Amino acid sequence: MAEAGGMHSPLEQFEIKSLFAAGEHGEVGALTFTNSSLTMVAAMVLVSAFLILGMRRGALVPGRMQSLAELSYEFVAGLISDTVGSQGRRYFPLIFTLFMFILFGNLLGMLPYSFTFTSHIIVTFALALLVFIGVTILAIVKHGLHFFTFFVPPGAPIAMWPLLIPIEVISYLSRPISLSVRLFANMLAGHTLLKVIAGFIGLLGVFGILPFALVVALTGLEILIAFLQAYVFAILTCLYLNDALHLH
Amino acid sequence: MKDDPPLPSLAKLDEKLRAAEAKRRKTKTRSEIQGQGLGFALRIGVEIVAALIVGVGIGLLLDWWLGTKPWFLLLFFVLGAAAGFMNVFRVVGGLGGQVGYRRAEKPKDEASGEPGKDSRTDG
Repeated sequence: MAEAGGMHSPLEQFEIKSLFAAGEHGEVGALTFTNSSLTMVAAMVLVSAFLILGMRRGALVPGRMQSLAELSYEFVAGLISDTVGSQGRRYFPLIFTLFMFILFGNLLGMLPYSFTFTSHIIVTFALALLVFIGVTILAIVKHGLHFFTFFVPPGAPIAMWPLLIPIEVISYLSRPISLSVRLFANMLAGHTLLKVIAGFIGLLGVFGILPFALVVALTGLEILIAFLQAYVFAILTCLYLNDALHLH
Repeated sequence: MKDDPPLPSLAKLDEKLRAAEAKRRKTKTRSEIQGQGLGFALRIGVEIVAALIVGVGIGLLLDWWLGTKPWFLLLFFVLGAAAGFMNVFRVVGGLGGQVGYRRAEKPKDEASGEPGKDSRTDG
């Protein structure tokens, strides 16, 4: 991370590299396994290992690993029951998976020389679109055509409808974008900033201690952001789910 | 006569307890407000941009489809901006039962005296 001399571009860390490919590289339809895929698989494996190994003993008095696993379970379960209520418990697997996947993706990106897959809009947008489409289908299945009254602000005079309904529709359609852009922009900006400031360490010589201290502080902040963004993603998914289940 | 002396001491104790409790609550809310503020800051900027992206996207699409070059873009740019402001308004106010940004209704009513906890669900 602390490349001396600033020879490396701060954006180099986001470059997608093909590790091995089925078919010609760059060809349409070729399946390539990239460093992004590798970190996603790593995140998946780590989450599974974290939970399976943590709960293997299933002791009544939990050990360290089991405490962590139970903590993460209870955190997400509490989140759902606070925002959605008892009806939301069926969707626990989805929200827990999203939360853990994003959290581990963010944290894996904090390791030097690794890759942050959540810093790519295509990844976060796919996740957000999954949530958006799933929630919309759920709402339509659950409420039928009544779902479309969602776009009519309650108590608004009919004369205002032609203006308000497009605004509501845009507002609704902006959900997956704000959900994905928030996560992606935070990770991208944080990692770029870290790299830029780390580039100054070598350039400034003795005074490099200043950017070095800043990088240490920012690393702490980035870890906080890694948690916070996973939390925000999960809680917004819960809020959208709550809307889909209960409408107005 | 006899129960007069314990009364003031009990009242004093009560007062002290209340003061300590208030102090604790105050410090707690302060740290909660900080976390809440950070979550807020991360959310709000994106809301306007996202709504604008959608508005401009719809405008360009309609223009391209109907061949009415700038008009739908202009219209939907304004609508997108309005939607963005409305989103921010909802996030900040946590009110106005609208698309998505209504404060989560608590199914089981918890102690409602905690201002931090409620709005934490917003960000």
